[in-house]
Amino acid sequence: MKDHFEIRWHGRGGQGAKTVALLFADSALATGKFIQAFPEYGPERMGAPVQSFNRLSDREIFIHSPVKNPDVVVVLDQSLMDTVDTLAGMMSGGILIVNTKKKPKEIREKYKIDDKIKVFTVNASKIALEEIGVNKPNTPMFGALVKVTGILDFEKMLVDTEKKLKLKFANKPEVIEGNIRSIKRAYEEVVSE
Amino acid sequence: MRKIVAKTGNEAMAEAMRQINPDVVAAYPITPATEIVQIFSNFVNNGQVDTIFVPTESEHSAISACVGASASGARVMTGTSSQGLALMHEILFVAGGLRLPIVICEVNRALSSPINIHCDHSDTMASRDAGWIQIFSENPQEAYDQTILAMKLSEDLFLPSMVTTDGFIISHAMQKLEMYDDKEVKDYLGEPKTPFNFLNLDDPITVGPLALQDYYMEIKVQQSKFINESKKKIINILQDFNKRMGRNYKVVEDYFMEDAEYAIVCLGSTAGTARYVVENLRKKGEKVGLLKIRFYRPFFDEQIMDILKNLKGCAVLDRSDMFASTGGHLFNDVKSALYASQKHPIIRDYIYGLGGRDIDIEDIEEVFKDIKEFSTNKNEEFVKYITVRE
Repeated sequence: MKDHFEIRWHGRGGQGAKTVALLFADSALATGKFIQAFPEYGPERMGAPVQSFNRLSDREIFIHSPVKNPDVVVVLDQSLMDTVDTLAGMMSGGILIVNTKKKPKEIREKYKIDDKIKVFTVNASKIALEEIGVNKPNTPMFGALVKVTGILDFEKMLVDTEKKLKLKFANKPEVIEGNIRSIKRAYEEVVSE
Repeated sequence: MRKIVAKTGNEAMAEAMRQINPDVVAAYPITPATEIVQIFSNFVNNGQVDTIFVPTESEHSAISACVGASASGARVMTGTSSQGLALMHEILFVAGGLRLPIVICEVNRALSSPINIHCDHSDTMASRDAGWIQIFSENPQEAYDQTILAMKLSEDLFLPSMVTTDGFIISHAMQKLEMYDDKEVKDYLGEPKTPFNFLNLDDPITVGPLALQDYYMEIKVQQSKFINESKKKIINILQDFNKRMGRNYKVVEDYFMEDAEYAIVCLGSTAGTARYVVENLRKKGEKVGLLKIRFYRPFFDEQIMDILKNLKGCAVLDRSDMFASTGGHLFNDVKSALYASQKHPIIRDYIYGLGGRDIDIEDIEEVFKDIKEFSTNKNEEFVKYITVRE
């Protein structure tokens, strides 16, 4: 019995794992959910493995302990899977979404992933480079997450995210458009087995 | 109009500071409290507040500037954490003794050595005897509400206050927050109030003079008596806050305590996790409860005794140690409160989470199991360290 929907984001310092967890929580709040978003703070350096977390619920969230058994794990950089136990605590029926060139089947074989975990992949780095011009895979992975979990209304989320990006990047309209395009593309391009 | 937003604890406190619109904020940055004054300095820069922002070269200077400004009739706030609060220590007593209505947004963090940036309550506990009101927050909503409330308490009672959140666990965690309209906060607080104005030339006074064997004791006894009397006033001000703002806060908060046989007493964010555990154990028919201490200073000993006296076993969770071989701070206070009661439960201290060590749902479930066992068969130490490697 779980009262919360829990997500763990794995990234490298600078990829925006914290930012996307906050963005996701903010969007989920706009749809009427109770939310939590929090990063794991270690000695952070550009490129070092980092994690961040989300909790979502239809009722008030009281827990302030770490997420141990995530329903979804999002990996912003496939190479992390070589060194970090990105699957830790995942339960049967859990969802893994990886930013990679590889197909889900290849990821499953390479990392010997249990059949009970559903694997999805999308080349978020390529999308980010083409649409935003920098390798910031966090917003495209947000699009992929929404597609795979169906937890938020995609159209509402897009409108809401655009509003928030406009506040953040008031002087850089190209960044806003690029991010929105990359969310849409990842939403379309994420694949299962 | 009120707004529903997603904010971290630090953002929530900075927003409360913006709405409070202090005359002076003097601060020095320190992890994990930096964001509070950093965000606030943007409000100053953007002209959203009327505050004079004083970036100082240390926390000792920051709180000294706060004392000077408050003694001159200004509404004053600052933010700090850990070593920063420790460096303020000397001046905290000056603010307490002068009864200056200064509010500190304090983020609970471990003290060195070893160096650690994560949450425990050592810093706040080390300043508990300085004559300040101390309020703990469970989540960003409470951090926001209690920052506004603290300003009211301080200005109505002429006592300094610190409002605390748990470092990173709350300070950097985003949750749903209901924000009041700016005008609501402005109307609630009214004009700044201080006990005297040092700079008023029409009424020249001396602030902070010498008082030796002749008067020091009388002054200190007055301070103590006033803090004792302030408890009733705090309850009234809190009730008024609840009525105006639509909250349901109590100075100490009992949860499922009416028929509880075993209960946990704790502070801050852990109270949330403990409430979740209590809810689940209640569904299984276990008679367990929770007492969250919202106001740690002053200490509401009578209320606490009343709520706890009928228990079989009482587990106190301490996120700090006194290094005196007698357990943590909260344990010693709760134990003292229970001494006045004819009946009292078996009580055990569980020191946990030092330096940010995680406290999980399972750890709290384990505490309930342990206190049950300990109450019938207390053949171990009264102080137990949990969430620690054996």
